[in-house]
Amino acid sequence: MLRYTEEHEWLRQDGDEVVVGISEHAAELLGDLVFVELPAEGVTVAKGDEVVTIESVKAASDISAPLDGVITEVNTAIVENPALVNDDPLEAGWFFKMTLNDPADLDGLMDEAAYRAYIA
Amino acid sequence: MSEPLETPLNALHRSLGGRMVDFAGYGLPVQYPSGILKEHLHTRSAAGLFDVSHMGQIVVRPRSGAVADAAAALEGLVPMDVAGLAPGRQRYAMFTDEAGGILDDLMVANRGDHLLLVVNAACKADDLARLEAALAATCTVEMLDRALLALQGPLAAAVLAAHFPDVGGMRFMDVRALGARGIEAIVSRSGYTGEDGFELSLRAEDAVDVAEALLADPAVMAVGLGARDSLRLEAGLCLYGHDIDRTTTPVEAALEWAIQPARRAGGARAGGFPGDAVIFDQIARGATRRRVGLRPEGRAPMREGTALFAEEAGEAVGTVTSGGFGPSLDAPVAMGYVPIEAAAPDTRLLGRLRGKMLPVTVARTPFVAPGYKRH
Repeated sequence: MLRYTEEHEWLRQDGDEVVVGISEHAAELLGDLVFVELPAEGVTVAKGDEVVTIESVKAASDISAPLDGVITEVNTAIVENPALVNDDPLEAGWFFKMTLNDPADLDGLMDEAAYRAYIA
Repeated sequence: MSEPLETPLNALHRSLGGRMVDFAGYGLPVQYPSGILKEHLHTRSAAGLFDVSHMGQIVVRPRSGAVADAAAALEGLVPMDVAGLAPGRQRYAMFTDEAGGILDDLMVANRGDHLLLVVNAACKADDLARLEAALAATCTVEMLDRALLALQGPLAAAVLAAHFPDVGGMRFMDVRALGARGIEAIVSRSGYTGEDGFELSLRAEDAVDVAEALLADPAVMAVGLGARDSLRLEAGLCLYGHDIDRTTTPVEAALEWAIQPARRAGGARAGGFPGDAVIFDQIARGATRRRVGLRPEGRAPMREGTALFAEEAGEAVGTVTSGGFGPSLDAPVAMGYVPIEAAAPDTRLLGRLRGKMLPVTVARTPFVAPGYKRH
């Protein structure tokens, strides 16, 4: 069950952690990614902090931390091959994993139906 | 804010899934569903079709009937040898101002009894006014209402020859009137991608038919503005308003090659264009800065506006004027201005990107080998 932010990130619960990526909609809007810079593992982040820099052919964008927490793991595969994000944004193109300061924060985010309505 | 103007291919772009943006007041596709990367790579391996109808096509017609008079008049506005341009040939030109700055860059073609100019969309109103004011005594000046398509890539000639057999005999920078099945086109073997290719000036009402006929060829893909930009950047070609503008002279812009000997100091028709004194001085003694190619180390693009430094501590010495990702190089590429002392290829500089100083090296342009058919 995915949750979504208004910045088009998805979050999926994975035990104590959440996996974070960008939606198909976001990947399509951005176009072909050519560069990804991920945060360091172990870094503490607050909701809204710019944690990832992505560059498409046309422009640079930032991904913000969706909630308060700690980055536990980053997906180096997308640094090697940014196209993975465009090919498979919901699975292989994940960006990072994090633990949340308050897991209940997830409930405040949009579910699939709400996100679909949001991007309509 | 007013609605953008439409080119004759507007409905076609939308039907192909083009993502439309406002470019110089015109609705044009930045990309189609395939995406910028695929469109770019396809153009370098096969053939890409571009709608560039937003550009200005201007006829300068001598009142005397002798094109030499139109050429002489135009030489009062550009540092180029127009009088020596043979019929059926085209060359790159620039309008300059009194300070030697560039007002626009354009193509000038000798069409036998008139000159045909193709200018940038953003400058076309000013260019038209400038031509009318300066040339009124000797020429009529008219902006045409025609479409302009570009077919670029190694397969472009084969694709076009199926419709206009005569294209095979054209050399790079030749211009011909071609007709086929009721379609009348003015075709030049030229473009803005670094590849072999053609630019087709068409009646507005023929544009869709020709575009569809070309797209029906499996070698051809529709290509948008995004790939047009990455292609020209890899080819080291300037974009007016970014790499060249009123604050850059042709010498600073590394475009002095476009000033033919006839117009240089000591030439048959030396000077006589705006800014000639400044430009001659720079040709003789060198300018203080120069446009160069740049290769950022790593994979992060350095885009327009990125400050360039000679060393970690110190003031910025230059700026990036165009930058992005080069799909054919699978690496970031850029162009910018640096002090003449730092302009030699392989000079190592630093670019400030998101607060970090990252290495970037001066490189020769073009970044990819050109495919022009000069013979």
